[in-house]
Amino acid sequence: MPKKERMKGTKIVVESLMDEGVEYIFGIPGGSIIPLYDEYYDSDIKHILMRHEQAAAHAADGYARSTGRTGVCTATSGPGATNLVTGIATAYMDSVPMVALTGQVPTTSIGNDAFQEADITGITLSITKHNYLVKDVNELQRIIKEAFYIASTGRPGPVLIDLPKDVQTGDAEYNPETTVNLRGYKPTYKGHPAQIKKAADMIIAAERPVIIAGGGVTISGANKELINLAELLNIPVATTIMGKGTFPEDHLLSLGILGMHGTKYANYSVSGSDLIIAIGTRFSDRVTGDVSRFASDAKIIHIDIDPAEIGKNVRVDLPIVGDSKNILNSLVSVLKTNISKETKYKNWLDKVTTWKKEYPLYFDKKADTLKPQYVIKKLYEATNGDAIMVTEVGQHQMWTAQYYLCKNPRQFISSGGLGTMGYGFPASLGVKMGLPDRLVFDVAGDGSFQMNCQELATAVQNNIDVKVAIINNGYLGMVRQWQELFYNRRYSNTRLGYLPDFVKFAESYNAKGIRVTKKSEVEDAIKEAVKHDGPVLIDFRVEEEENVFPMVPAGAPLTNILEVDKI
Amino acid sequence: MKHVLAALVENKPGTLARILNLFRRRGFNIESAAVGETDDPEISRLTIVVNGDNNVVEQVIKQLNKLIEVIKVSNLSQDTMVGRELAIIKVAVDKETMGEIIGLSEIFRAKIIDVSMKSLVIEITGDEDKVNAFVDVMRRFGIKEMARTGLVALARGPKATKVEKEEV
Repeated sequence: MPKKERMKGTKIVVESLMDEGVEYIFGIPGGSIIPLYDEYYDSDIKHILMRHEQAAAHAADGYARSTGRTGVCTATSGPGATNLVTGIATAYMDSVPMVALTGQVPTTSIGNDAFQEADITGITLSITKHNYLVKDVNELQRIIKEAFYIASTGRPGPVLIDLPKDVQTGDAEYNPETTVNLRGYKPTYKGHPAQIKKAADMIIAAERPVIIAGGGVTISGANKELINLAELLNIPVATTIMGKGTFPEDHLLSLGILGMHGTKYANYSVSGSDLIIAIGTRFSDRVTGDVSRFASDAKIIHIDIDPAEIGKNVRVDLPIVGDSKNILNSLVSVLKTNISKETKYKNWLDKVTTWKKEYPLYFDKKADTLKPQYVIKKLYEATNGDAIMVTEVGQHQMWTAQYYLCKNPRQFISSGGLGTMGYGFPASLGVKMGLPDRLVFDVAGDGSFQMNCQELATAVQNNIDVKVAIINNGYLGMVRQWQELFYNRRYSNTRLGYLPDFVKFAESYNAKGIRVTKKSEVEDAIKEAVKHDGPVLIDFRVEEEENVFPMVPAGAPLTNILEVDKI
Repeated sequence: MKHVLAALVENKPGTLARILNLFRRRGFNIESAAVGETDDPEISRLTIVVNGDNNVVEQVIKQLNKLIEVIKVSNLSQDTMVGRELAIIKVAVDKETMGEIIGLSEIFRAKIIDVSMKSLVIEITGDEDKVNAFVDVMRRFGIKEMARTGLVALARGPKATKVEKEEV
């Protein structure tokens, strides 16, 4: 057992990170964080030098989402720290465990508007689960320990630690046996047995139940339990985008995703149900449509670890606060002792199956042009549905959500809550670092990709073997789609007009670039990219004005669905 | 409807900013907030008066509870709490009104704590209604300045908003 020892602040940071099992740090150095970087220089933790701090935060986020472990990023004070903000907000919205370490001007200069000073704890107040400005090196170890504990437990989220330069260079005692004791933070993990019993009664009494599984199921690792519950009684399962993969999408009971660009049958099933079992989901407006008309015939059981989510957006008939894995386990065993053969919802399942047959996802497969959906479908086939799919934000993201069926949680990695363009590529680097044996694709739009395309340098430098599929339509496509549908086709500032030659762009970084303009080239290009050892960028020149359908317009009820004209 | 919340929070720099930011961020309106140390100097007690329906207040309490530095939050029911507010009021005065103001202050059991030829500073303690009533009475003499603490409150009887003993 290591002994108590006096050491420098920066050494305390690195020792603490090692204690937490941190493998990688994503970041960029700068003036106020040089002491910590000096410590990184000799450390066993691998630091990945990014090209923009936003990308560092996204990479840490991608690492966290793919592995379930806490991601770590570092930036300097001022602009370094503010550049992290979008990445931190992205992680916060999707409950991703992350610790961000920022440099800060010395404590003696704080508040004086010193060079590269920014009030980053103030700035990130609303987008962190918690944050710290370390004013005394003696508190440093406790704070780091607390930060990791807070970030990774309960409903996870990002925690920022601001490290003034003199705290980094000061010294204090390091005690390896320090423990965390936070009287104001005690997450509930076990569901209340009486509530679970009531839930079982409601499920047995129901005639048209549907499960909605969200990102909480992934975080909790409750996918097996979810399958057990669904299969026990044959309850159809729709997932949110964040919950994609928690229930195998090729399963007979799977309804795919629900919400704005969800399948018609998922939205019909949820709207027609008499009982919704919602697990680890916060009923985002993209999921519910008009909340006042959301599943109006249904009672709602809401299972969530965050009590503040209960009743926040929709009325809830039965809340169960706790960890979904625990709760589903108990629920399944209570149900097993109480069900009879009749509880199988036969008529309901027939109806759901009919909807599935009647309203499949549709695009024109016979078109001569290169349809974006076709590209995603081919990606799915060529990778046996086995790749980790990271996305940017926009039309390509929704097409990937629709056409790349996932069998496992942590397989679809996407900025669901904040909708951050530029997320996918840097996140995919973190994903690949976390899961080096997996095939990782970033499906990107030409707009989104350009928001963090500088990270190709990071990928090549560290030989992080990710494949980027740019669904290139020359537009900020999702906004263009809204303009087409709701703004009389007035394409204000959505035509990108000038794009780089993405193949040459890749080559300028010594990466491989492939251009695809025809359907016949798609499959070969994907195979070639997969075979190539190292980062590859495929520029898919797809049909420019293709829309994502089905679509529930913002604020409309889920049954109000716009569809493609099947000519 | 008016709700009185009592929150025990860590007495640390930044805690209050975090709490107030939460109200701003979630669009909750604070009617008054009063904060001070408790018998344990590491813990402060914050009394917040919020206006809103039960759902809003429930959400406020849940969001407060999510803050790491908030240890405990109670919703003090209006009927079973004792609450007091203190106000100090500077009232314009002349020879004619002096006697009347002093008389009214006595009726309200308010105290005169500063006297000049042109003004009196009067201290009054009571529940919100009493303070409001006194303020209304003083208004016609001309209120030059006023400061109110906002409500502080405790539950009646032995029930207390306390930090539970920690299991070590």
